[in-house]
Amino acid sequence: MFRTTKILPTLCAFTLAWSALATTGVYAAETITLGAAVSFTGKYSTNGMHTKNGYDLAVARINETGGIKVGDNTYELKIIYYDDESTPARGTQLIERLVNQDKVNFILGPYSSGLTKAIAPVTEKYRVPMVEGNGASRALFDQGYRYLFAVLSTSEQYLQSAVDLAAERASAMGKEPSSVRIAGVFENDPFSQDVRAGVLDDAKRHGMKMVIDDKLPPEINDMSTSLTKVRALKPDLLVVSGHAKGAALAIRQVSEMKIDVPMLALTHCDSAQVIDKFGKTAEYALCASQWDRTLSYKDEWFGTAEEYAQLFETTYNYAPPYQAAESTATVLTFVDAFQRAGSIDKEKVRDALATTDRETFYGHIDFDDSGKNIAKPMVLYQVQDGEYKVVAPTKWASSELRHPTPPWAQRQP
Amino acid sequence: MDNITILVDAPILLVQLLLDGLLAGAIFALAAYGMALVWGVMNIINVSQGEYVMLGGFVAVLLAEAGIHPMLGVPLAALLLYLLGWLIYRLVIFRIVDRDLFISLLATFGISILLQQLANQMFGADVRTAEGELGTSFLFDGMVTIANIKLAAALIAVLTGGALWLFLKKSRLGQAIRATAQNARAARIMGIDTDRVYATTFALNAAICGAAGALVAMTWIIHPYFGLVYTIRSFMIVVVAGLGNLLGVIAAGLGLGAAENFAGFVLGVEYQAAFVFTLLVVILLARNLLLGRKRQYLK
Amino acid sequence: MNRAPVYEYLLITGIGVAALLIPWLLPNFITQFTFLWVMVVFALTWDLLGGQMGYNSFGNVLFFGIGAYACAVVQRDSGLDYFTALALGLLCAALLSTAVSALLGAGVLGMRGHYFAICTLGLGVAAGEIAGGWEYLGAGSGMVTPQYPGGIGERDLFYYFLSLTITGTGFFTLRRLYQGRFGLAINAIRDDEDKAEAMGLHTTRYKTVAWCVAAFFLALTGGAVGNLIGFIDPRDVAFSGATFGVWMILMAILGGKGTIWGPVLGAAVFHLTQELFWNFLFGWQRVALGALIVLIVVFFPQGILGWVRETWPQRFGQHVDTDRQGGEETR
Repeated sequence: MFRTTKILPTLCAFTLAWSALATTGVYAAETITLGAAVSFTGKYSTNGMHTKNGYDLAVARINETGGIKVGDNTYELKIIYYDDESTPARGTQLIERLVNQDKVNFILGPYSSGLTKAIAPVTEKYRVPMVEGNGASRALFDQGYRYLFAVLSTSEQYLQSAVDLAAERASAMGKEPSSVRIAGVFENDPFSQDVRAGVLDDAKRHGMKMVIDDKLPPEINDMSTSLTKVRALKPDLLVVSGHAKGAALAIRQVSEMKIDVPMLALTHCDSAQVIDKFGKTAEYALCASQWDRTLSYKDEWFGTAEEYAQLFETTYNYAPPYQAAESTATVLTFVDAFQRAGSIDKEKVRDALATTDRETFYGHIDFDDSGKNIAKPMVLYQVQDGEYKVVAPTKWASSELRHPTPPWAQRQP
Repeated sequence: MDNITILVDAPILLVQLLLDGLLAGAIFALAAYGMALVWGVMNIINVSQGEYVMLGGFVAVLLAEAGIHPMLGVPLAALLLYLLGWLIYRLVIFRIVDRDLFISLLATFGISILLQQLANQMFGADVRTAEGELGTSFLFDGMVTIANIKLAAALIAVLTGGALWLFLKKSRLGQAIRATAQNARAARIMGIDTDRVYATTFALNAAICGAAGALVAMTWIIHPYFGLVYTIRSFMIVVVAGLGNLLGVIAAGLGLGAAENFAGFVLGVEYQAAFVFTLLVVILLARNLLLGRKRQYLK
Repeated sequence: MNRAPVYEYLLITGIGVAALLIPWLLPNFITQFTFLWVMVVFALTWDLLGGQMGYNSFGNVLFFGIGAYACAVVQRDSGLDYFTALALGLLCAALLSTAVSALLGAGVLGMRGHYFAICTLGLGVAAGEIAGGWEYLGAGSGMVTPQYPGGIGERDLFYYFLSLTITGTGFFTLRRLYQGRFGLAINAIRDDEDKAEAMGLHTTRYKTVAWCVAAFFLALTGGAVGNLIGFIDPRDVAFSGATFGVWMILMAILGGKGTIWGPVLGAAVFHLTQELFWNFLFGWQRVALGALIVLIVVFFPQGILGWVRETWPQRFGQHVDTDRQGGEETR
């Protein structure tokens, strides 16, 4: 009896004191915990690693430079990671777990549109803000989600400049833009199908005709049937989208089958490392990218885009792909919102996120009502003499587009 | 039906599709021959077949990345996979040779997941290729093009198959393997070490698949998750051709390759994989129907 | 002969009471428990064919996927309010899936052994590929199910009790079936199909009915899970052979196939292990899954219940006749 009577008040006092401490936050250097379910295994594991590296670099940088000042407190950042195994079902369960059991109030996005699509309803349900940098599908932004913010350009913009370029070239050569014929091969997954939808829209806008519209199943590692059609129909522009697999297959089989197209536009060239792997056969290919280290953006955390790229290289020993850059930008967006909200209340942070309007090394970030970033354009590279050169949009173009691609018979082996 | 119109307008494309299909089919046939061997001798359907193909592909890729010509990957992959096959037999397969078929099916299925995921951990989920740089041949005024690597791959596939056939026919061990396939108990009584025969058979199968995989890496692309399609294709080919029928396996393999390519062209590539798997179901149903008829006839 | 012992009733009551109280006892874990019930349905329906009837299907995920898609399509196109559309969707899902299984059953269930196993594997993958190419179902982009109209807690409770109801109904239906003539018939098919046929059993009819029952419950679960996850991907959610498809088999074997409690136990153990340890393997969990399959199949094919029964046979010999039959067969 004696012992219980004594322990109970002590416990109560302790609990009270602790909660008082926690709420008023007397201690400096508390932590804000962010949660992320990223693919360490499965088909997205490589890009999942880029994503995680991007997040980690931002957190390390923020904590090194003295944390985040929110109101009167200084916070450090911490991320809880889980492995979503590249499957949507697992992803949703893990977000539930982050929110319910780990009590995380802020979610960083996963890799790929499919997983973001799976997770968004969950974060919406719990009213937990999620900022993501790797889910580009535009279907994410017509659901009326209030707690979803994306720093990257949506997928229909990926190959928009390629279609526009083809139209420009047609007029330059004295032809109607509507005479341009497009062939498309898109992998059968949420991301590439969205790229396809974007290309279809652009084609319609210019009055162009899609002569081939194929969907490549994820298991198939052969594109020769589609390319046979390309040879028969001789389109002016061939667009291929299918993560790294699509890019690698397109470059390889177009060169082996000696398919002549005036313009070949791809996504994910850099993750497929087409220059290293295919050398000269990759020349003239156009590649969509979210970001490039040569662009003139900068911020107070990392300095310029080039400085970010150098820091990334010294930390991880490889050049940052845009997947890593956009992930870093995701964390920075949260940090900016914490500071402006002056609070770590999730509703206030959500409202602060909605009014984000600032520049980062990754580009300008300004969310519209649906949560997508409308301030940052995509860039289009062309492989020229073994290097990626930005050729569109004109504002950042570092060299002239080489067009049309000469036929294989005239190209040096 | 636009796609059929294209074919009618440019019939030369038929040749292109057929050639591409047949050359792909030669590699399917190679992997299928390995499956027929294990099935016939050990009465095990090896569901991890496609994973040996995948691992063989990674051998070629790693060689190419080390600056060595990936063609050397064919014998090297065969050698390494032979050792791996032997190891897997010694660790797992010998325990399930005489057990019921469900256990062997599920155990090899487990091995397939294990190898797939190990490859993912070791090599990453990225798409990889090995460049043989053999150039391209032009036929019919450049209307039909064939990458020389595909020709070489098909040739090697045929040579490997032939060598294997000779080995089974002529060598002492090959004869032991065939004897075991016919009647394992009798073979044991005659003094054949069936355990060793099984180990060799399983390892040989892995080696054949490894060689096929190195060719796949040089011709198309590889990643850790494409194994299942090869397993299913092998199974279909064996079901159609029957066990221990090398010519049948080759014919069925080439046929499947061509059929798949035409289906991809006419139906659209989105249904190419669906076509393979649906064809499997249809073939099995047809086979069942034929068997049913036979049974009634016997009655 | 089939009187269940008292402790089985106690067990059922205990689990039932716990299941009803869980949302209030462990509110933070409610989604995990919802998935636990889903897993139990997976294991039980697989065991109906694989354990009780001896037909090892690798493609049961087919019916799960059909259910998920059918329900989502009705919800999308019917224009009704959320709950009416969901109810109608689940009904359509169950009917469509049962119809498909009846149709396929006549042909596919005529196969034996390897052929049946691989054919079902092909069916499951082919369905995923077809759904992935079909624009009406969103093709490769998948489908997003509608948002739940009510609050957070309400949604969780709703889907918890929905899946609990499906699981409960499934469990008692199967239990009742196994206790009667039907259970004997499918056990006879497993033990020797030719003899069973010779004894005058309409084996094809029994097999088809068994498959239809499995398809019915899987489709209901599919409809519920599609809404629970909120996003239906053709290959990774609906026809996900590599996850759900494999787990079904593994859970049934782990618990002990050919019994009613084995799959339940297997699902619970597997799901718990997955939730507790999986995340700390950081990337190696699927390697572990592969190794686990091999280990269980090669060294532990009788499952947990089978092992318990071997170790303490007298505990079972006295009471449970039906279960013992099943247990012996698994070896």
